[in-house]
Amino acid sequence: MAEEVKLFGLWGSPFSRRVEIALKIKGVKYEYIEDDLQNKSALLLKYNPVHKKVPVLLHNGKPIAESLVLLEYIDETWEGNPNLPPDPYERAQARFWAKFIDEKCLPALWKALFGEESEQEKAMEEALQNLKMLEKELKDKRLFGGGGGGGGGGGEESIGLVDIAANFIAYWVGIIQEAVGAEILNRERFPVLYKWIDELLSCSVIRENLPPRDKMLAYFISRVQAAKASK
Amino acid sequence: MAKSDVKVLGAWPSPFVMRPRIALNLKSVEYEFLEETVGSKSQLLLQSNPVYKKIPVLIHHGKPVCESLVIVQYIDEAWASGTPLLPSDPYDRAMARFWAAYIDDKWFPSLSAIAKAQGEEGKEAAIAQVAEGLALLDDAFAKCSKGKPFFGGDKIGYLDIALGCFLGWLKVTEKMTNLKLLDEMIAPNLVGWSERFCSHSAVKGLMPETHKLMEFAKMLQAKFKAPPS
Repeated sequence: MAEEVKLFGLWGSPFSRRVEIALKIKGVKYEYIEDDLQNKSALLLKYNPVHKKVPVLLHNGKPIAESLVLLEYIDETWEGNPNLPPDPYERAQARFWAKFIDEKCLPALWKALFGEESEQEKAMEEALQNLKMLEKELKDKRLFGGGGGGGGGGGEESIGLVDIAANFIAYWVGIIQEAVGAEILNRERFPVLYKWIDELLSCSVIRENLPPRDKMLAYFISRVQAAKASK
Repeated sequence: MAKSDVKVLGAWPSPFVMRPRIALNLKSVEYEFLEETVGSKSQLLLQSNPVYKKIPVLIHHGKPVCESLVIVQYIDEAWASGTPLLPSDPYDRAMARFWAAYIDDKWFPSLSAIAKAQGEEGKEAAIAQVAEGLALLDDAFAKCSKGKPFFGGDKIGYLDIALGCFLGWLKVTEKMTNLKLLDEMIAPNLVGWSERFCSHSAVKGLMPETHKLMEFAKMLQAKFKAPPS
């Protein structure tokens, strides 16, 4: 039976892009379906009734949601270029940091950039602390790594789960900062993290699966304007 | 393996701490349980979990693993020869991970929200959310168990552990609101499952008695209501 892989995604969503990156690293052929945010498609509601969000992967008719769940599913289903290392302890570390990114880093960054003014200062402090912890974890590695070949170098220097999960930090934060006129992430404060960003964005599989910068910037600028207009 | 090679830092009231302990029991792994004093954090905890400073922490050959569900997966993989905790099929594994994430990100926070809810309306809304979640999880049980006694099938697995650890606190919430949440009308499958889970040999000794948890909950409430010193 021919394999059928469909991905419901959003061009600007980092979560959606994570899954595309993982599929591309594995060389999996898939059909991409852009979700229409205004009218959450009937299909999306059917395949992800719990969260009603993208990304959703449909593999031979069976739906799976939640980007981190999907990254592991993709790793376990298709061979070659794994995004998790074989050692249980290293796998646990990768899962820990991916979770840290989603539960702590992203919410704090989002609040620091878009939150109520009264919350922004505290969120900024938290975001800075979280980024420092992430930087500490990176140490002198070029990538968070642990993957088996997607970055082109093999071994620990290959793109791993944490690199993919941190895509928001590598790409979106810079764009949003420009739109909002804030600066949390900069080269002086986070030299190690910036080296990682440069390294990550130099990988073609990452670069080719990011939304176009000008389009993304325009989107965030319009969001900022809409927020101001509604005040 | 020597008992001291495997340590769990935790506290008896914590449902999250129960998770790795159940997992270790299922794998027949002996471990040393280091009980943290409520209200203070030991040096070992601060050193082993500098990011969150929270229990549980598993320390295996001196190396710490943090975050309860990450620990359970680690236990599954580090003791791979023992009974598997996650299903073998990738789709079933994804379902188990999906629902465990739902439990932690949505369902348990809704349970905690009941105690914090303001006014009657607030409480009713919070209770309705928990009930809705239980109905969803009941449905998930039907799909995952495929007619067998547990989410994991014939044996307790990852998702049983993820949800089952909260049964003690669910009972406390039922007592405090005087309502039956885990109810035949809302979640018929889960009613039977919860009894099977709580009486399982790997769980029995770890599930705190409801009256002890109630006392602990009341002590916590008093602490929160007390004026700041």
